[in-house]
Amino acid sequence: MSFINYSSREINCKIVYYGPGLCGKTTNLQFIYKRMSPESRGKMISLATESERTLFFDFLPLSLGEIRGFKTRFHLYTVPGQVFYDASRRLILRGVDGVVFCADSQLTRVDSNEESMENLRVNLREQGYDPDRLPLVIQYNKRDLPNVASLAELHALLNRRNSPELEASAITGAGVFETLKAVIKLVLIDLKRGGRQ
Amino acid sequence: MSQGNFILREPEYEALLSILRKLLVDASAKVAFLVDKNGTLLGSVGDAVGFDTTSLASLAAGNIAATGGLANLIGEKEFSILFHEGERDNMHLSVVAERLILVIVFDRRSSVGLVRLRVRQATARLTAVMAVALAASDAEFRGIEELTEADIETLFK
Repeated sequence: MSFINYSSREINCKIVYYGPGLCGKTTNLQFIYKRMSPESRGKMISLATESERTLFFDFLPLSLGEIRGFKTRFHLYTVPGQVFYDASRRLILRGVDGVVFCADSQLTRVDSNEESMENLRVNLREQGYDPDRLPLVIQYNKRDLPNVASLAELHALLNRRNSPELEASAITGAGVFETLKAVIKLVLIDLKRGGRQ
Repeated sequence: MSQGNFILREPEYEALLSILRKLLVDASAKVAFLVDKNGTLLGSVGDAVGFDTTSLASLAAGNIAATGGLANLIGEKEFSILFHEGERDNMHLSVVAERLILVIVFDRRSSVGLVRLRVRQATARLTAVMAVALAASDAEFRGIEELTEADIETLFK
């Protein structure tokens, strides 16, 4: 649910990075934070455990300039990926405008990806969204590692909607901004249409 | 269930800020913020210079959401008021009109009792303005009639 303030001519949208534990959601945000100019980004907040696993969420606000006289602000959130943090994931999905599903390409993580995608669909439904219509981009992360599943396999397992999909290596930054651009585009197109349901 | 956009127009925005200004004085508070439950700042009054208002909005929403989750676990709908006490400053958070969070920061010049009383009075007025804002918000957003690849690229320059 985007928030549009006519008085200050601002559009605010919420984008959530979703995916299994250790797939690279926080790494995506950290790379974006590092590469954005200080004028375009706010402070990055990470509510994490002592071992740097996401406990509640990471948050990174971006101000990306104007479209048709409206300042655009995007609030990027990650969810905690570990299975037992499901209640927190549901809370973070509230009011979401677009989702990046970050998949771990390693062969050993195929099941975790599927489980997390199914969990995303269940939680979106619980929040009143249609999981087949909410703006969604799929990022196949960790493509730089050995023993990764093929794109065709990952597509067949995770992308039944035929959403835009991108390869990435968040640790080096490859594909990170391409993913962000893809989801922002979907969110703005959706906003132009005036909501999704 | 509809997840349509929330469009806030100038008259309602100004009305909300005006209520916040009065509340700030009546409650002898330092700063008052109005935040969307999704974590977006709607507006603030008072001396917010030293605050990272964007982060504050996001964390206030996370705070309300997390305690709401706790409330559900014990069969409550939500905990609509939260109070955090610090050494110098205190924070009072309350839910307004089901979708906003009113955040008041105050020090020893005020008290939690006074803040609570004034918040209750302001909440009724904020709720009335929100009803008007939400009714008007059903209208279609016409800010972006066209969107090109070039527009998206512009955002990243």
